[in-house]
Amino acid sequence: MFTRGPSLGMRLFLLAVCSILLMYLDHQRGHLQTVRQALSVAAYPIRVIVDLPSRAFLWAGDALSTRRSLQEDNTQLREEQLEARVRLQRLETLQAENDRLRALLESRPRLPDRILVAEILSVDLDPFRHRLVIDRGIADGLYVGQAMLDAAGVVGQVTRVEQLSAEAIMISDPGHATPVEINRNGLRTIALGTGDSGRLLLPFLPNNADVKAGDLLVTSGLGDAFPYGYPVARVLTVDRRPGEPFAEIIADPSAALNREREVLLVWQQDRVPDETTLSDDGDGTTLSDDGDGTEDATTAADAEP
Amino acid sequence: MSNRYRIWPVLAFFLVAMSLEVAPMPEAVAPWRPPWVALSVIYWSMHRPGRYGVGVAWLIGLLLDVLKGAVLGQNALSLALAAYVTIKLCQRLRVFPIWQQAISVSLIIAVLGFVGFWIDGMTGELQGGWLRLAPIISSMVVWPPLTWFADRFVASRVRR
Repeated sequence: MFTRGPSLGMRLFLLAVCSILLMYLDHQRGHLQTVRQALSVAAYPIRVIVDLPSRAFLWAGDALSTRRSLQEDNTQLREEQLEARVRLQRLETLQAENDRLRALLESRPRLPDRILVAEILSVDLDPFRHRLVIDRGIADGLYVGQAMLDAAGVVGQVTRVEQLSAEAIMISDPGHATPVEINRNGLRTIALGTGDSGRLLLPFLPNNADVKAGDLLVTSGLGDAFPYGYPVARVLTVDRRPGEPFAEIIADPSAALNREREVLLVWQQDRVPDETTLSDDGDGTTLSDDGDGTEDATTAADAEP
Repeated sequence: MSNRYRIWPVLAFFLVAMSLEVAPMPEAVAPWRPPWVALSVIYWSMHRPGRYGVGVAWLIGLLLDVLKGAVLGQNALSLALAAYVTIKLCQRLRVFPIWQQAISVSLIIAVLGFVGFWIDGMTGELQGGWLRLAPIISSMVVWPPLTWFADRFVASRVRR
């Protein structure tokens, strides 16, 4: 086999130069969105095919479930709905009261967030990172940095949007940090992922900080990554080490990371698509009541460009 | 191109390899997933070095990058390298007994592992520790069955 054109080594060299150039442009500059989107059209069918078996399994489970288990499910859901409705009644009056009080204080009212349900494709991207793929993309108005929740709490944020799917990073990824505050007293800090989906680490609270096991951590809304006030985790253990300046605090994520099939995507108010016109009151950010700029250096930093 | 070879068996082979590469696995065994696409590239450039060379490997790698959400060019570079090494050694590799072949293949996978290691280190995504070496062992284990399957069911369909 006599090769035509450049020799094998030369070809490898050229391709290596090409790849290094691509890596530089993609990672350092983020210039290659269009290339990636074009290629993702070819990759999307593979992702769907890979997802098919687990989807079929779920479907079979639904289709073959007995009348009795369906009835049980139904009554349970009915009870839950009743409970939720009762709570919702109170929530509405509270919301109205809150708006009135905010009006008295002349601060901007909190607007409801726009929400969309997305399904997780069961695709494994990398065993060492906590990433996932969801079945919504640019076509649904997703954007990079969008918050992702489930019924119990924050799951993560969108890191890359393609036409029909999007990639997201979970809060338990070792490269992810979530700006949180303690619900009980408003103490703000950062929750780092550990690579273990049942553990978050809070390394930046001093030994004398007011934090107890069982405290609920909610998103603080700082850093513009997550909207304010969604549950993130519950403090599991607080280890105050006398010799060290900071306590070692471990928290257990509220969301069912790695176990759910569906997630909710939340639009922050300044990113809501145009059909809901909310732009008449200024820039419409979520936070208006407390010092926005205090923790600028520690925003939701993740490893993505 | 030429009518003497069919392309679709190889295409299907790579599609299956790509699907296996991202198929869901339990978290505990996920680091042991064999690098299916790299193994397929090695297989085809070992047996058809004239047709499946570095260029094809590079394009497949680019698609794999998008599929796995890696930095664009990472898998492309390592697969092109895999094809290069395999083509350089293919005369010898093809006459090796299967166990020796498996060891050589796992050595190629080890080289790719180090390339991935450097790239991840430079892009700041270095995770995993010693478990990053797991694919070297798992690729040694799956190489004989993969070769058997490809020889028996795919390679016979490529000719004519």
